[in-house]
Amino acid sequence: MNTRAQGAAGRNDAGSRSDCYVEVAITRRSGITIDLTSKVEALYGDSIRLLVNDVLHTIGIAHARVSMLDQGAVPFVIAARVEAAAARALGGSCRPYPTPVLTKPNTTDRHRLRRTRLYLPGNEPRFFLNAGLHAPDGLILDLEDSVAPAEKDAARILVRNALRAVDFNGAERMVRINAGAMGLDDLREVIPQGVHVILIPKCESAADVASVAHAISSICAETDRNDPVYLLPIIESARGVVNAFGIASASDTICGLAIGLEDYCADIGVQRTREGKESAYARAAIVNAACAAGVQPLDSVFSDVTDMPALLVHARESKALGFKGMGCIHPRQIGVIHDAFAPTQQEIEKAQRIVRAFESAKEARSGVTVLDGRMIDMPVVLQALRTLTLAVSLGLVSAIRNSAGSSRRVSNEDRKDDAHAE
Amino acid sequence: MVKNAAGRLVPRCVNGVDQTAFQGVGGYVPAGMKAKPRVSSCAEFPADGNKIVRSLADALKKAGLASGMTISTHHHLRNGDILTNYLFDTIKRLGVRDIRWYPSASFPVHEHLIRYLEDGTIHHIEGSMNGPLGRFASSGRMRGTGILRSHGTRYQAVQDGEVHIDIAVLAAPSADSFGNANGLTGPSACGPLGFALVDSDYADNVIVVTDHLVDFPCVPWHIQGNNVDAVVVIDSLGDPSKIVSGTTEITKSPDRLLIAEYIARFIEDAGIMRDGFSLQAGAGGINLAFLLSLKERMKRAGVRARFMRGGSTKYLVEMLREGLTEYILDGQAFDQEGIRSLAADPRHVNTSPFTSYNYHGKGNFASMLDAVVLGATEVDVNFNANVVTHSDGLLLHGLGGWQDCLFAKCTILAVPSLRDRVPIIVDRVTTLCGPSELIDVIVTERGIAVNPRRADLLKRISGSSLPIRSLTDMQTEVFALCGGRPAAPRLDENHCGAIVKWVDGTVLDSIYSLASH
Repeated sequence: MNTRAQGAAGRNDAGSRSDCYVEVAITRRSGITIDLTSKVEALYGDSIRLLVNDVLHTIGIAHARVSMLDQGAVPFVIAARVEAAAARALGGSCRPYPTPVLTKPNTTDRHRLRRTRLYLPGNEPRFFLNAGLHAPDGLILDLEDSVAPAEKDAARILVRNALRAVDFNGAERMVRINAGAMGLDDLREVIPQGVHVILIPKCESAADVASVAHAISSICAETDRNDPVYLLPIIESARGVVNAFGIASASDTICGLAIGLEDYCADIGVQRTREGKESAYARAAIVNAACAAGVQPLDSVFSDVTDMPALLVHARESKALGFKGMGCIHPRQIGVIHDAFAPTQQEIEKAQRIVRAFESAKEARSGVTVLDGRMIDMPVVLQALRTLTLAVSLGLVSAIRNSAGSSRRVSNEDRKDDAHAE
Repeated sequence: MVKNAAGRLVPRCVNGVDQTAFQGVGGYVPAGMKAKPRVSSCAEFPADGNKIVRSLADALKKAGLASGMTISTHHHLRNGDILTNYLFDTIKRLGVRDIRWYPSASFPVHEHLIRYLEDGTIHHIEGSMNGPLGRFASSGRMRGTGILRSHGTRYQAVQDGEVHIDIAVLAAPSADSFGNANGLTGPSACGPLGFALVDSDYADNVIVVTDHLVDFPCVPWHIQGNNVDAVVVIDSLGDPSKIVSGTTEITKSPDRLLIAEYIARFIEDAGIMRDGFSLQAGAGGINLAFLLSLKERMKRAGVRARFMRGGSTKYLVEMLREGLTEYILDGQAFDQEGIRSLAADPRHVNTSPFTSYNYHGKGNFASMLDAVVLGATEVDVNFNANVVTHSDGLLLHGLGGWQDCLFAKCTILAVPSLRDRVPIIVDRVTTLCGPSELIDVIVTERGIAVNPRRADLLKRISGSSLPIRSLTDMQTEVFALCGGRPAAPRLDENHCGAIVKWVDGTVLDSIYSLASH
């Protein structure tokens, strides 16, 4: 039973709830033996042994000694850890194990709401299972900054499995890949798993976007994926800010342009402050570039997860600057940001008055909308319609005056004209 | 064994005492008279009121300590309790065996006592068995059968004469030489001493042990010296840093915060939150977060509660100070703020299991509450709940006041739908502690289930945007995540390691030892 090769993956320390640590030692004979210590032995011990056997056989390993310390990991996590350990034993890669698909079909739309996108560290499975219940607009499985360099391979397998097994509860399925060549490896794992949006970190040029877009099209072609994969470049440097418009218009699959302020501030050599004066230019530049390109400007994260009143102030400012949403690093930030980005009662009332004026002008076959003796330009009418559509979708007003159908028609036209109108 | 009204097999006789099987909620009608404490005479006690005895050993000898006796303690020192371990060290030294220990609760610090369970100094425990002691009972090695009672049932059992306490050894953070005692000041201050009330009223012998002797009178006298036989002074009763519980931190878990938010919204949307309402919330992480969310809602709506039940924490005390509740009726203080407020504020009132929980009384406070929020280790799809064992069969928790609180007008259980890989909504609870007819709402991070028996609540909540779902629906979702239905725990059904009493003293369920032992 001498060992030919061995590999280990996963975690078994104080913070490793819902994870497991697996060592796979590939041997010459004697089949597969499993030495399991599990917190859930009484409930799932037998099912864990069956799964480990199944994963190894699928990968093509018939003889191995497996030692596993389990802290209550669910099957897709166990499968990912066994696969990662086996791949490491085999020198880096192996045949993937297809963990069962448990997600419900879930589509997206380039113009959907992206008020909140919640970052989940890609190598920490305990946050995955219930993240969707907190109802962010998007959930990001992060392969970049939250994953230690030595764990990139394991995280990639875990995230690929999570995309198959975790129900996002209607949230947009997002993955932040690594920058550069490693990001292209990330794409090969996640694109076939129905990911909706790829976040491109540290994006500095249109070429950065183009290489990702190109890689995605070839993976889609190879795997018969037909629905679009949207791109969300993150600007995190002075150079990126300068090139923002080029980046935002580099591909017609770009849905938004985000800014990452921690790295940006480091790049220009300042401390990030709560007031944010140091990034005023960059944020304004991102908003302007995104609007010029007809995509959503999205703000950075707010780092203090305990101070909700300060988050609310920050999020209101963010909305006032023109951003359409923010990143979140704790689920409790979601509700606060949604509140901040919701139209205020005052905004709704004003929008209703504008739309009413617009509709009476239409009935009167007049080409000019007039409110309180002042002429209302078309972009203002379209903005009012967008405010009302959002207010209706958030349940803040029961329905738009007159028929909902007519307003939806206008609002579709308005979308087509978005770039033009703004 | 006999099948009780809840369909559970329970023993007819436990530790040589005949038992009555559970007969349904309100089904058992007690008859007869309460227990009678021994008559004492002032002639037996010093007229100057000084009852100080040199040592605990002397006090125990004076009380006639003998093998086979029942000795009671209270748990107000929680995990900081030094006295109880010292007490059994002393009993061991005196060569006494087969003690029935009758604590109001036990804590991990009492792991020290496992040696005495093994060597026979302690025969068995009748009281909560937390952590290590629970594991010991689950291993099937306890000489007698453990009996789990809620706080109210512990009072009821003594009052009804089912448990006769020979010697009560009561930790008193402040006491005078006459035996008047309270928990409000002194180095081991812990708050109320309500759980020791029944012991001091009914035990044959009452020994008050203090590390903070004050001149007569020690006021307020939560324990009355007129019931006390001897006073012992020792260096230290407990470790103050562990007396105030570590559970008064608000949870940071996103899922638990979501559950807390759902409960607060439910209480508001169901119209329970209205002027003059009443509420009990404990000190668990979800409970505290819930209380803060409810507080914001009460402020926004301009609503004040008439009273709130403790255990008190600084969060509850803040609500009293801000006028959001007119009274706190408190059974235990979980932090220093709770202790200080109880000592200083007349609207913060000391209560006991007699006033709050005892089912064999002429009513109690628990059933008058508009809502109570509790936890559980498991719930089943029919709204039954377990609070003492885990799904693998291990006994790890006590009942506390949990069963007593089920009688509130709206009983809400806050439970995560899974703990790591362990599904919490099961087909049948491992141990039945709370019958479904008393459990109205179960809140998980996946949604809110309302007991179909509560058509009134369902109607009141119908306009709400809360995710109202069925338990089976949530269970299906969780089973899919966890990789299917879990295996049944491997239990030794021939060995009942402990039983769970119902609030009326009948037997609700059996806790079997684990099969591997």
